[in-house]
Amino acid sequence: MMDFNPILHVNNVQKKDGNQSVLKGINLSIYEGEFVSIVGKSGCGKSTLLRIIAGLEDSNEGLVKVNGERLTSINNYARIMFQDGRLIPWKTILQNVGLGLTGDWKPKAMYVLHHVGLKERANHYPSSLSGGQKQRVALARALVHEPKLLLFDDPLATVDALTRIDLQNLFESVWKENRLSAILVTHDVEEALLLSDRVIIMRDGEVVLNKLIDLPRPRSRSNPTFHHYSEEILDMIMGENKEKKNGYKIV
Amino acid sequence: MFNCTWRQKLIPWLIPFFILGFWQIFSMNGLFPATILPSPFAVIQTGVKLTASGELINHISISLGRAFIGFIIGGILGFFFCLMNGLCKPMNLLLQPTIRILRSIPHISLLPLVISWFGMNEVSFVFLVTLGVLFPIYIHTYQGIKSVDKRLIEMGRAYGLKGYTLFFHVMLPGALSSIFVGIRYALGMMWMTLIVVETIPANSGIGYLTMNEREFMQIDMILLSILIYSLLGKLSVWMAKLFEKKWLLGKQLSQEGE
Repeated sequence: MMDFNPILHVNNVQKKDGNQSVLKGINLSIYEGEFVSIVGKSGCGKSTLLRIIAGLEDSNEGLVKVNGERLTSINNYARIMFQDGRLIPWKTILQNVGLGLTGDWKPKAMYVLHHVGLKERANHYPSSLSGGQKQRVALARALVHEPKLLLFDDPLATVDALTRIDLQNLFESVWKENRLSAILVTHDVEEALLLSDRVIIMRDGEVVLNKLIDLPRPRSRSNPTFHHYSEEILDMIMGENKEKKNGYKIV
Repeated sequence: MFNCTWRQKLIPWLIPFFILGFWQIFSMNGLFPATILPSPFAVIQTGVKLTASGELINHISISLGRAFIGFIIGGILGFFFCLMNGLCKPMNLLLQPTIRILRSIPHISLLPLVISWFGMNEVSFVFLVTLGVLFPIYIHTYQGIKSVDKRLIEMGRAYGLKGYTLFFHVMLPGALSSIFVGIRYALGMMWMTLIVVETIPANSGIGYLTMNEREFMQIDMILLSILIYSLLGKLSVWMAKLFEKKWLLGKQLSQEGE
């Protein structure tokens, strides 16, 4: 499934906030069809990196290349899902999904809404939805643009545990069926392991680990290897085990 | 028997009813001389008389015309300045301080100046109403646009909206509730200005009726004008609320995002 064209290339991206370095020269490639998670503590720069990839922020140094072209404004190959949903409260759910579309957008928006299981709520307003349903609508809104790359900015952080499982499955199936590439920013190690082909760990604005996860899908938390990965990654995030270990590739 | 909702509807009317009742009784007893405070009934009679002669309708329509034209011009200008100011940074830098200074001048105080410029005519009246309406609309629209959720604007940009699509899908609807507050405030200013310009310099309109008739000590006329001004004011605010309901529907009160 994965061939070796980088759909996205991040080259020495640096970002400063005043005197403080938020990103200290990030290098990263995302390949077609790949699901990559970026994990780290709050404030490690993972969301900033994602926002730079989405074209919502500029970097101070370095560049982002999308399909070989330098990114200068909004990244139109990608669509981003925010942690807080950001549905427009005065638009119906269907109108929210159709945001930014032109022409005969309704059937298309309806189709995608059906895909995320909220077709019958099309004419309701976002305030009538639960947190998980809002994120389903946000996912539909992203998918309707047929992006090559889906960016998830910790979309499940505020969703309850049971809904989270549903949505993780939905994310995985959407990614698989549409042959997308995806970048998930999360602070949940298990979520990253469940979903991604590769896990990138960030600490203090640097990538400290870039690890392929060669577990078969669908993945299960009860798999002993899963548990093993999970502990190793958690240690790495928390700043211990800085030394090179078997199977680690320190960047 | 009285049921509860019936009683609740009745109670707020009790005090006004008794005030009018006692006023009427005292007037009939001669306790209030008609030259100082004519009875409510006399006020109504005057109203009926003037309506029948067509004079009242004539003056009301003149007043409404001034109010409407001034409101439209002021509203459009206020909105337009605000768009320039809220959406274009250099314009903001250029205009904002001047607007702030102009805003702090009470527009009614310009009355003598405006009359000496344009004369005692429609231009002066409409000009002052326009000034009175312009700033409330400007300020509230500006605040509305500035207070639109930045996260929604960012989301809009991330989903390919820019320029006027971003404005019409996100900024303007987000500012709408604040704009309606501005409209209501502007309506108040509109009537206030109209009352001043019609009572002092004009020779037509509802306000003119009062001053004209006071020379003949017709206080019922004055009371009638006050009544009409308040009814018109009430009516305009009621209409504004109706539009508000239609456009806002209370949906966005429940804000998105926790």
